[in-house]
Amino acid sequence: MAVVFQKTKGLTDVPFHYCPGCTHGIVHRLVAEVMEELGVLDKAIGVAPVGCAVFAYEYFNCDMQEAAHGRAPAVATGIKRVHPDRVVFTYQGDGDLAAIGTAETVHAAARGENITVVFINNAIYGMTGGQMAPTSLIGQETLTTPYGRKPGNNGYPVKMCEMLSTLDGASYIERVSVYDVKHVLQAKKAIKNAFTAQINKKGFSMIEVLSSCPTNWGLSPNEALKWIKDKMEPYYPLGVYKNTLEEVKQNG
Amino acid sequence: MAKVLMKGNEALAEAAIQAGCRHYFGYPITPQNEVTAYMAKRMPKVGGVFLQAESEVSAINMVYGAGGAGARVLITSSSPGISLMQEGISYIAGAEIPCVIANVMRGGPGLGGIQPSQSDYFQSTKGGGHGDYKLIVLAPSTIQEMADLVQQAFDIADKYRNPVMILGDGMLGQMMEPVDFDNIKKGENHIEEKTWATTGMGTRKKKNIINSLELDPQMLEKHNIELFKKYEKASKEEVRYEMTNCEDAEIILVAYGTIARVAKNVIELAKRENINVGLIRPISLWPFPVEPFEKTVNYVKRYLSIEMSMGQMVEDVKLAVNGRKPVYFYGRAGGMVPEPAAILEEIRKISGGAK
Amino acid sequence: MKQVIFNENLCKSCELCLEACPKHIIEMDLDRLNVKGYHPAIIKPENIEKCISCGFCAIMCPDTVITVIK
Repeated sequence: MAVVFQKTKGLTDVPFHYCPGCTHGIVHRLVAEVMEELGVLDKAIGVAPVGCAVFAYEYFNCDMQEAAHGRAPAVATGIKRVHPDRVVFTYQGDGDLAAIGTAETVHAAARGENITVVFINNAIYGMTGGQMAPTSLIGQETLTTPYGRKPGNNGYPVKMCEMLSTLDGASYIERVSVYDVKHVLQAKKAIKNAFTAQINKKGFSMIEVLSSCPTNWGLSPNEALKWIKDKMEPYYPLGVYKNTLEEVKQNG
Repeated sequence: MAKVLMKGNEALAEAAIQAGCRHYFGYPITPQNEVTAYMAKRMPKVGGVFLQAESEVSAINMVYGAGGAGARVLITSSSPGISLMQEGISYIAGAEIPCVIANVMRGGPGLGGIQPSQSDYFQSTKGGGHGDYKLIVLAPSTIQEMADLVQQAFDIADKYRNPVMILGDGMLGQMMEPVDFDNIKKGENHIEEKTWATTGMGTRKKKNIINSLELDPQMLEKHNIELFKKYEKASKEEVRYEMTNCEDAEIILVAYGTIARVAKNVIELAKRENINVGLIRPISLWPFPVEPFEKTVNYVKRYLSIEMSMGQMVEDVKLAVNGRKPVYFYGRAGGMVPEPAAILEEIRKISGGAK
Repeated sequence: MKQVIFNENLCKSCELCLEACPKHIIEMDLDRLNVKGYHPAIIKPENIEKCISCGFCAIMCPDTVITVIK
């Protein structure tokens, strides 16, 4: 009798409040599994954002802080400077990280702050009912782009991995997705690399995860996964954008 | 360390270090830049952290994280920067995180000027951020007092798990006066360990959470009531003020910070014209000292609030006097400083110019 | 012996597991509702033999509903 798969100790018993099929749940599990496997749960301090993942402080089985909208990287910086030997991570959505919190994100990376950022890009504001996000695609209809996002009026979607990889303080930046098993396993490896970068004191690490929002995209959970693959991935190519880790070979 | 001649901003920084503060987050803004420069030099020497953030918005959230992680943490700025911090300060109060915030006030509103001012009184004492919360606000009038109050501020912050504000002004920050740090008792020892802080669970069974979110209105109300029990306690135990020459004064000036020193000159000038003038100097602006008004309201003829603003503390004076005697206001704004002669003129005017 | 355990009351009937299962043996139990009012995911007893214990269902589940044992 061997266990193939069971719930990680990195998550508490608090059930997720997320909508059916929302991939936040998958990414939460991956982060928790990685922390458990790296044996750092007792040293981890996480920072939850404002947005759908606002309750993340209930879900991760480690010390947590709840930050103001967009300020998680600053809060994490404050924590890391007090406890440099702890593993400090933030878990943020696209509005939190790439709209109101852009300055905090960019400067945490520019400082090479030794924290790990888990960035959920689902191209929409979920918690508040489906508004345009900085990562919403051109033409994407949202509550605040009812006629489709138009560059002239709403600008262009922001590519955070590409942007942050230009900063010398960034040590490991990868974009992944979770739209099928293969990609979920790849995402977990990337998250492990990012946490490893922090543990090896390499500096700022970030994993951008292309995720779904069935409710606000108006799609079934499985259709939403397909939408990531067909619509988001072409605009947001997956891959490693920065890697200063020797032990992680520079894959293509 | 015996008496040293020091700039206010630098004394503020040194006092924090002497009080056991090892984490400082800030951002450049006149007239408090000497604090950041001093901390940049000193913190590395004492194994502390100095970090210049990308904005005051970010800096106050670093304070949130560091304070929530159990550190004694200081942040300083000046009026416009403090405005940027208001959301963060509300979160810090809501999440019950101890920290010390110093505002070296400058002329406003807007970009305003860089000369001294007291026009952030309301913002500090009435709450500049959202929600029902209070800052304990201490207003030094000398550099020695600033150093002493910074030390007390860290103890009060830890005692109440609440942000404490040192409210100075550009003059206090920029001028030099002798100060000694010897009487600053080393703060760390008498405070109980911060078992609530996010330090990483280690062998601790229960995880710690620093948070101000509560969607259940009953729970949030309960939280507000708990916060106000703290403020109730502070209103009794943290009041500080000084009374000068009030015993049989016919008019009592009310002034804080550097302007209280100007007011003390006026007492001398008025004596020559045998007008008996006293001074009530609030040191804690919140909790506002009502007691000195109770002690004097029966016999004094009138009160005159003097501020570097268009009139803010005067409202608290009126509340304390509660209509029993007339309360007047004289102020200068924009960085102009009220002068003793002009105040004396005001005293003559409101006294009916009898003498 | 092979088992796929569904912590039914956490299931939100999102059907990601149904799609992920290479053997297509997962279905939503349309005869019952769980405590949240969703039709929980199940593997009918007669289908459990087809399970290859790959764990794909658990990997795709957003709500840690599934435990896979072989």
